[in-house]
Amino acid sequence: MSALAMTVAKFQARDVVRSRWLVAYVAFFWIVGEGLLRFTSGDARAILSLANLVLYVVPLVTLVFGTVYFYSAREFTELLLAQPVDRRALFLGLYAGLTAPLCLGVVLGVGTPFAIRGGAGAATAVLASLLGTAVALTLAFAAIAFCIALAFADRLRGLGTAIGVWMLCAIVYDGLVMATVAAFDGHPLERPMLALMLANPIDLARVMLLLQLDISALMGYTGAVFQQWLGGGAGLIAIACALLVWIAAPAWLGLRAFSTKDF
Amino acid sequence: MIAARDLCKSFSATPVLRGLNLMIARGRVTAVVGPNGAGKTTLIKALLGLVRPDSGLLTFNGVPIGSAPAYRSQIGYMPQIAQFPENLTGADFFALLRDLRGAVSTDERLVDELGIRDMLHRRLRLLSGGTRQKVNAAAAFLFAPALYVLDEPTTGLDPVAAGIFKRRVLEERAAGSTVILTSHILADVDELADDVVFLHEGQARFAGNVRELKRQTAQATTERAIAALMLKERAA
Repeated sequence: MSALAMTVAKFQARDVVRSRWLVAYVAFFWIVGEGLLRFTSGDARAILSLANLVLYVVPLVTLVFGTVYFYSAREFTELLLAQPVDRRALFLGLYAGLTAPLCLGVVLGVGTPFAIRGGAGAATAVLASLLGTAVALTLAFAAIAFCIALAFADRLRGLGTAIGVWMLCAIVYDGLVMATVAAFDGHPLERPMLALMLANPIDLARVMLLLQLDISALMGYTGAVFQQWLGGGAGLIAIACALLVWIAAPAWLGLRAFSTKDF
Repeated sequence: MIAARDLCKSFSATPVLRGLNLMIARGRVTAVVGPNGAGKTTLIKALLGLVRPDSGLLTFNGVPIGSAPAYRSQIGYMPQIAQFPENLTGADFFALLRDLRGAVSTDERLVDELGIRDMLHRRLRLLSGGTRQKVNAAAAFLFAPALYVLDEPTTGLDPVAAGIFKRRVLEERAAGSTVILTSHILADVDELADDVVFLHEGQARFAGNVRELKRQTAQATTERAIAALMLKERAA
């Protein structure tokens, strides 16, 4: 990142860190984590419940916060564009300044209840991949949020689209998988299932976590398929690469749209 | 200092600038006036590089305004709407501008003249609309730019602040700076402008000095002369 991008990121992060949204976000995960660790015996079930929550809440909050933030900063973004700043540097700064506090927030909120208990019996690798997944989801959905905000001038339509994307990835997708399984009962579904999974960053993240937890058969059809299909290290790397594409592709699209847009 | 030649810009098939030609001279205050939708904002945005023209040429000191952002270090811009990140303070905002411009020092005279020194340590969200507008005004004057671009600058200011602000604009002109301003308040135009550009339907229907404008329209004040221009265009 250039020095200008760093400057923008620094001030934007300062603004986000001071917002009540972020405080509530950290507190939410912290309180839920505390509760789960207190009222379960702190075994794998606590981390599984928390993982489910992270998979749904992180994309939702990132999408909504990202689009709302972008729309409400519209005039200020124009003022920044009127400074001697390259548009690409400005975009990278805005993106980094938004995602850094959100990532830090989720790591702090999810991680602290475990950290103060010295891990609370959870395997370090599992906890690390839960936090890593949360960060990856934040980076991916923040980039998607920026793309949405750049594509729709009207903020209500943008916000509606953001929530629609979340529903598609978090809810409609599962129904689609189940319907496919039911409709093609008895057919070999491994390849179409894998293709479907690649199209959904939330499912990618879920499978990645389930592979770590080694209970993939318990949750989600695609997880079970993936365990059989690749399993172990190669599968993990493949999923991590797919998640990286889900970060890089929307970020690149957003950067391109931002560089050529009329404000 | 600024020249536009056959400048055209459409937004989703609606033409806003339709072959705009104009020259803006160095060291003078030029008021860009015209009815709503005439293209004032689009012209200013094109000048700042926020909007890319479809065709035509727009130059700053003889250099076409393109993707290179360096020329903007010579511009102090005051947008019409003073909207800032809620949780930053005025001091944060000034520091951000200073870092982005790589400026060593800032000229904060207007901060003291407008009496907002104590407000700079509060979060911008907590300031009143008028105070925010004062912060916005002070920000445009921080870096002694060669060109000021002021978009409806006095709209949100109280009469005392507006008076201080206008005096400062005239001081900057006396010191050799160029000023472009848009305003619906024709009394301000009367008070400040040396030259007037009258935009109508994306073209400059009049561009020249105030004396010429008054002579052409046979009016005694700039205010009346501009009103006469608007009435003439409406009738045509």
